[in-house]
Amino acid sequence: MKLESIKDFFVTQYGIITSNRFGKFGASIILFFGVVALLAPWIAPHDLWESLRDSNGKLAMLRPPSLEFPLGTTAMGRDILSQMIFATRTTFLIGLVSGLISIVIGANIGLFSAFYGGKIDEILMRFTDIVYGMPFLPFLIVLISLFGRNIWFVIIAICCIVWRTSARVVRSQALAIRQRQFILAAKARGCSNLRIIYGHIMPNILPLLLLYTSFNIAWSVLAEAGASFLGFSDPDNLTWGGILYNLWISGKIRTAWWWFAWPSICIILLVSSLVFISRAYEEVANPRLKQR
Amino acid sequence: MILEIENLKTYYRIEKGVVKANDGISLSIKENEVVGLAGESGCGKSTLIRTIIRLVPQSAQVTADKMTFMDQDILAMPEKEFRKKILWQGIALVPQSAMNALNPVYRVGDQCTEAIKAHTDYGKAECEQIVKRLFDAVGLQAGMMKAYPHEFSGGMRQRAMIAMSLLLNPALVIMDEPTTGLDVLVQERILRNIKEIRKMSESSVSILLITHDISVIAEMSDRIGIMYAGRLMESAESMELFNEPYHPYTLGLKNAFPSIKAIDRELISIPGSPPNLLEDIPGCLFAFRCPFVIPECEKTRPPDLEIKPGHMVHCIRTDHVEEFRKLAGDKKTWQSSKSAT
Amino acid sequence: MAILEVSDLKQYFYLQPTFLGKLVGGAKPRIIKAVDGVSFSMQHGEILGVAGESGCGKSTCCLAIAKLREPTDGTIRYKEQNISEMSKGEIRNYRREVQLIFQDPYESLNPRYTVFDLVAEPLRALTDKNKTEVRERAHETIAMAGLTPEEYKNRYPHQMSGGERQRVGIAQALVLEPKLVIADEPLSMLDVSIRAGILDLIRDLSERMNFSCIYVSHDLSILSNISERLMIMYLGRIMELGITKEVITEPYHPYAQALIAAVPIPDPAYKRPIPKIKGEVAQPIDPPPGCRFQTRCLQVMDICRGTEPPLKEVKPGHSVACHLY
Repeated sequence: MKLESIKDFFVTQYGIITSNRFGKFGASIILFFGVVALLAPWIAPHDLWESLRDSNGKLAMLRPPSLEFPLGTTAMGRDILSQMIFATRTTFLIGLVSGLISIVIGANIGLFSAFYGGKIDEILMRFTDIVYGMPFLPFLIVLISLFGRNIWFVIIAICCIVWRTSARVVRSQALAIRQRQFILAAKARGCSNLRIIYGHIMPNILPLLLLYTSFNIAWSVLAEAGASFLGFSDPDNLTWGGILYNLWISGKIRTAWWWFAWPSICIILLVSSLVFISRAYEEVANPRLKQR
Repeated sequence: MILEIENLKTYYRIEKGVVKANDGISLSIKENEVVGLAGESGCGKSTLIRTIIRLVPQSAQVTADKMTFMDQDILAMPEKEFRKKILWQGIALVPQSAMNALNPVYRVGDQCTEAIKAHTDYGKAECEQIVKRLFDAVGLQAGMMKAYPHEFSGGMRQRAMIAMSLLLNPALVIMDEPTTGLDVLVQERILRNIKEIRKMSESSVSILLITHDISVIAEMSDRIGIMYAGRLMESAESMELFNEPYHPYTLGLKNAFPSIKAIDRELISIPGSPPNLLEDIPGCLFAFRCPFVIPECEKTRPPDLEIKPGHMVHCIRTDHVEEFRKLAGDKKTWQSSKSAT
Repeated sequence: MAILEVSDLKQYFYLQPTFLGKLVGGAKPRIIKAVDGVSFSMQHGEILGVAGESGCGKSTCCLAIAKLREPTDGTIRYKEQNISEMSKGEIRNYRREVQLIFQDPYESLNPRYTVFDLVAEPLRALTDKNKTEVRERAHETIAMAGLTPEEYKNRYPHQMSGGERQRVGIAQALVLEPKLVIADEPLSMLDVSIRAGILDLIRDLSERMNFSCIYVSHDLSILSNISERLMIMYLGRIMELGITKEVITEPYHPYAQALIAAVPIPDPAYKRPIPKIKGEVAQPIDPPPGCRFQTRCLQVMDICRGTEPPLKEVKPGHSVACHLY
C-alpha cells in the first residue's frame, strides 16, 4: 500500500465517522479525551497523589467542587481534577492498547479460520469456544494473585478475553467473502494464500474490522473499569476505575457525590462515544441501516 | 384492440433529477397477437411493464395521450379497481426470474388454486380442474401440482409461472424475459408450449414478449418493436422488420447477433453504451452511437414516421436507408461513429 | 506436440447420506459424477469451444484444468507434464501460462481494487518485476483490452459498465502473456450489442498473442462464430467432438442434433425443426450404467443401457460417443 493510500485511508475513515450524527458526537468526545490524555502533565493543576492544603492551611479533605478545586477533592485531600486528567491518559492507553491487540488477535484468528476451513477452522473455533467460557474477572484475579498488580497484566487479561467475539464475527464475514468469485479469480491469478487473506479478503471486511476495533476498545475500557473498581488494578497507574476504587475503600461513597460522578460520567461518555463510532461503521458495513 | 398505448411517458423523480425511463412510447396489441419488444438493459422495458400493471412508485410521473385495455382507460382507473378487475384477469404477468416468484413453503398447486379463488367464486374442484388443464398445456404432469417449488427445475418453474398467468383466462399476458438464463433445450420447450397454448381454442391470448434475445423474438412474434433509451426506435411486422429494417440501431443489432446458420458472418458490435437517462438530450437518443449521424440529428428529436402502413421508424434519415443497409454490413462503418473514438 | 492433453478426467462429489438415512437404511453416500471420463487434446493456438447445458460438467472441467480443484481421477498434461505432479515452482509457472476469464464481470473483480491494481495484481503475485516494469506492462495490457489507461486506471469496478469490467477481466487474464486461456461464458452477462466487441477482442488477442483458448458456453450461436473445434458435453461426458462447422451442419450424436435443432435463429422466416428428444435434464447423481443420454434418446437401444459408448472417430477429426455408429 502506497503512502498516499494510507493518507486516503484516514481521510475516508474520517468521512465515514462524521457522516453520521452519532459518529460526529462520538468522535468529538474521543478527540477531547485524547487531547486531555496527551497534554495531561501540562494541563493538570496539581500532582495526582499530592495531598493538598487549602488557603487556610487545612488539609483539603472531601471538598465538594469549588473554584479552588473544580472537581472536588478526595478523602486524602487530592485534587480530583488532576487525578481525572492523569487517569484519562492511563484509561485511554489501556483501552487503546487492549482494544488494538485484541482486534489483531481476533481478526487473524477469524481470517485464518475462514480461509483454511477444515481442521484448522475446527481447532481455532473450538479454542474460541473455550475462551468464551472463561470468565474475565476470575482470570484476572488469578493472574494478579500469581504475578502481582501490574498494568500490563490488566492489559494481557483483557486482551485474552476481548478478542473472542471479533474472531467469530470476522470469521463469518470472511467466509462470505471467500465464496465470492473474485477470490477464486485471485487464486487463478497466482496469489499466494497470505496474499489472498490480507490483500483480498481483509480489505473487503474493513468496515467490520473498524467497527469491532471500536467495540473492542469500548469493552476494554469497561473491563478495565470493572476490574479496577474491584481493586484489581495497578495502584501506581491510576485509572477512572481506580478512582472509583479509592472512593469505595474510603467508605465515603454515599457522601462524596463528586468523587463518584466524574469518573462514572467519563466512563459512560467514552464507552458511548466508541459505540457511536461503531454505529457509523455499521452503516457502512450494512448499508440498509442508513438513516434517510 | 386489446392494448392501446399512445405517447406514454414515465419519469422517475430522484435526488439528482428526472430519469426519463419511458419517453413517448406508442404501441398497440391486437387480439391473438404476439408483440415482441427487443431491447437491452436500460432501454426502459421494465418501466414499461411496471407502468402497464400499475406498479410504479408514487414518485413516478406517468402521462399518456391514451392507455386503454379493451377500451377501458387503465391510466385514469383508480389503482384498487385496476387490481381487482384488470390485474391477472385481464392482464397477467410472467415476471423475470419467475423461478423466485413462487412461495417456497406452499405446494405449487395450492398457490394456483389460491390465486383463482381470490379472484373468482369457483369451488375447489373447479379450480383444480383449471390448474390441471393448464399444467397439461405447459407440459407439466398433474402430479407436480402436489410438489413444492424446490422440487421443480428452473425450466419447470418457468412453465408453472406461465400456467399460473393463464389461470384466469387473461386477454393479455406480459412475459418479461421468459427464457433468459435457461438452457437452450428448456427454452425451446417453453417457446413451443407458448405456441401450443396460443393454438388452443378456448384461449385467444395476446402476448407482450419482452427480451433482449433477438432470435427468440424473431421466432415468436407477429410484430416487433425495438426499444432504446426509453423510446421505440422502430416497430413493424416481424418479417418486414428483418427483411427491410430502417433504423440504424436495428441495422446494428442485426449484425451483432451470431447465428448458427451464418457461421462465417462477421459480427459487428455497436460501440458505446446507452445514454444516461438523467441527461436532457435534445436530439435523437441514438445519435452518439449512430454511424450515420448528421448535425440535424443532434438538434431535434426525430418524429415517429410511418414509413409504410404498420411500419414506424424514429429517424430523420430514412431516405438514405438503401445506402445505410449496405454500409451497416461493414465493420469500418461502425468504427466511425462518435462513440467509437 | 499438443499443448494440453486431458485423459479420462473424472470429478466426483460425494453426498453424505442424512443422519436418518444412515440410521434407518444404512444408506451409502451418493455420488455426483460431475465429470466422468473426459478425454481430449488441444493444439497450440486453437480455439476449442465446449458446449453443453447446465450440469454437463463443462465449468467443472475448467476448474480442474486451471488447477483450482483437484480431479478425482484422470490426468491433465500441460506441455506433456502432468499437472498433479508439479512442484511449487512449476505450479507458479503453470499459473503464469494458464489463465481464466470469468463469467460474471460483476463478481470476478475485487470491489476494493482500482483497474490498475487489478491488472497489476497477477504481475505482483507471480513475477519479480519492479514497479516501473509492472506499471508499463499493466498500462500496455489495459490498452490492449480496449480501454484507455489514463482514463480507466484509477476507476473502481462499480464505476464501470459490464462490458468495461469484462475487458478488465480479460486484461487481468492476459497480462502475464499466458499460453492457454480458459474462458468460462465470458459474454453471458453482457448486453447483446456489446458482446460482439468482446468476442472480437478475444479472437484478435488470441491471434496476436498466439494463445490457445478453451471457450465454454451454452450458447451455440456464439460458439459457432468463435471456435475452430467444438466439443459437446452431456452429464459429464463428451458426446461429440469435431470441427465446428461440421458439427453444427452435420451433427451425428442424437443429443447434438437435438441441441442444434433447438437453437433459435434471428430470422422470422426460419421454420425451426422440433428437437428429437424427450424428458428433462437429469442430474448427474448416481447415474445408471451405459450411455448417459439413454433416458432421453429417441433412438435408444438395449446396448445403450448396458455399455458406455466410447468416443470414436466417424470421420477424420470428428468423433462421436454413440452406439449408432
